Amino acid sequence: MDEIRKLERKSRIRNTLWKTVIFALLIAWAIIVLFPFYWMLLTSVKSYSSYNAEYIPKFFTLSPTIANYIQAFTAVPLAKYFANTLIFTLITTGLMLIIIVLSAFAFSRLEFKGKNLVFTLFLSLMMIPNELVIITNFVTITNAGLRNSFLGLILPSITSIFYIYLLKENFEQIPDELYKAAKVDGTSDFKYLWKVMIPICKPTIITVVILKVIECWNSYVWPRLITDDENYFLVSNGIQTIRESGFGRENIPAMMAAVVVISVPLILLFLFFHKKIMEGVSRGGTKG
Amino acid sequence: MNNKNNLKGWLYLLPAMVFVGVFMVYPLLDVLVYSFEESYNFASQTYNGIGLYNYSYVLHDPYFLQAIKNTFILVIITVPLSTGFALLISLALNSLTKLKDLFQTVFFLPYVTNTLAVGLVFMILFKKTAYSEGLINLLLNSFGLSSVDFIEGPYWAKMFVLCFYTIWVVLPFKILILTSALASVNKDYYNVARIDGTSKLRIFTKITLPMISPSLFYLIITGFIGAFKAYSDVVALFGTDLNAAGMNTIVGYVYDMLYGNSGGYPSFASAAALILFAIVLTITVINLLVSKENVHYQ
Repeated sequence: MDEIRKLERKSRIRNTLWKTVIFALLIAWAIIVLFPFYWMLLTSVKSYSSYNAEYIPKFFTLSPTIANYIQAFTAVPLAKYFANTLIFTLITTGLMLIIIVLSAFAFSRLEFKGKNLVFTLFLSLMMIPNELVIITNFVTITNAGLRNSFLGLILPSITSIFYIYLLKENFEQIPDELYKAAKVDGTSDFKYLWKVMIPICKPTIITVVILKVIECWNSYVWPRLITDDENYFLVSNGIQTIRESGFGRENIPAMMAAVVVISVPLILLFLFFHKKIMEGVSRGGTKG
Repeated sequence: MNNKNNLKGWLYLLPAMVFVGVFMVYPLLDVLVYSFEESYNFASQTYNGIGLYNYSYVLHDPYFLQAIKNTFILVIITVPLSTGFALLISLALNSLTKLKDLFQTVFFLPYVTNTLAVGLVFMILFKKTAYSEGLINLLLNSFGLSSVDFIEGPYWAKMFVLCFYTIWVVLPFKILILTSALASVNKDYYNVARIDGTSKLRIFTKITLPMISPSLFYLIITGFIGAFKAYSDVVALFGTDLNAAGMNTIVGYVYDMLYGNSGGYPSFASAAALILFAIVLTITVINLLVSKENVHYQ
């Protein structure tokens, strides 16, 4: 009896030890993940003079100030960058949605010659890295005189073969009987798409929208190539300008205030939709 | 009727076809053409001849060689480290019952943040300036180590920050994929193994690893591709003039050739982009061959 109790206690101790190690690992990584966010928030509410006076930076502040935020909006056109990104994100996502819904519908529901050939072509294009096509797109947009315009920013970003594929798969899960019944009732294809398919596939469409919004909000390379006029900068380019010339290189609290302002929309989006985002990404999103 | 159906199908596809044609198919052919056109002039859009000069120029350009070196070092360090670390964290997460969702959500946060914005925070944490050592250096000092300028200092210090930040950025995706793979392993296997008194290590190598091997290889393949295309996170840490910082990557070289202070050479950019594509394709094929022998598909 005693032997068993001893063994039990031993294994319980080992279990607790194991658990402690696991928790220590997870907590350590959580700190590494969260610390940069804490630091930007903290630094953004420290006044310029107190930040520079701290040789050893303090991990808290007793006199938070919003002066940096005011400066972030007045010394650089942060509001302008913000509005540009919002316009860019909304229009790009909206147009993309129309295009992918129409083509996913064609691929999944309509029968016509050459459909499979086009779909195979589309699939093989999914493997082509953006870096290969961006060179010509840069030349095309430049020659079309669309540098420093929303059109130039938006046009190359509104097709996504991957999302067409995702939506097509989802559309195909809707039973044929529904379509036939609608046909008997004399419903047009377009009305069927609008009234039946889109409502049924709403979860996938929402996922696609969220992923595209994140992608647009963070896009940096294409906007950098195609704009050099501050009036058309998106937030990523704005951050880079702020870093290089902004408030004078030394004003780090103001820089951090700008970083907070830029990060907040996505973090809010994440807080509300984290389940959907994570589910969508694990279904095949990648980050290049 | 049939013709009408054909027409309708193509009509629905038309917008996608136009955009894919103009911004993907045509550029793909065009990039090949560019890469063989010698001394292409962007302003007058003329060229002197057809040949391999662009490739030879790029391959002899010290900036390109530096970019190749940087990219390969980054890939070799970050792909195995991030995949291994993601596996470790996912295993730890998977053994939790409480708080699992909370940790999972926190760990995913870097995925949705703006790479350039958070990169700026990393730069400030690691940077050593005249009036401040930077937080990381203070931490080093407290362990009795001397300060290093991680942003404008020695090569390996800069490479360390770059690798660290890259891992920070790519880990959320990998953890997410691996935790869902681990969660979908049938629990019966574990129960049977436990009854048989199999050791934890043996359970891991004989059950867990084979069961999640498809996801693991998917991550390794996409990890290689992603790491070879590193660019934004490098800009976030070291600024846009990457050649001066000695930290340029292949993709950075392509963009520098296209635009910016040294830009205006789409032919050189195309040649460099195609070299990158060839490298990535080779590595991916090797990966697929290796995975064919080692991955266990149900």
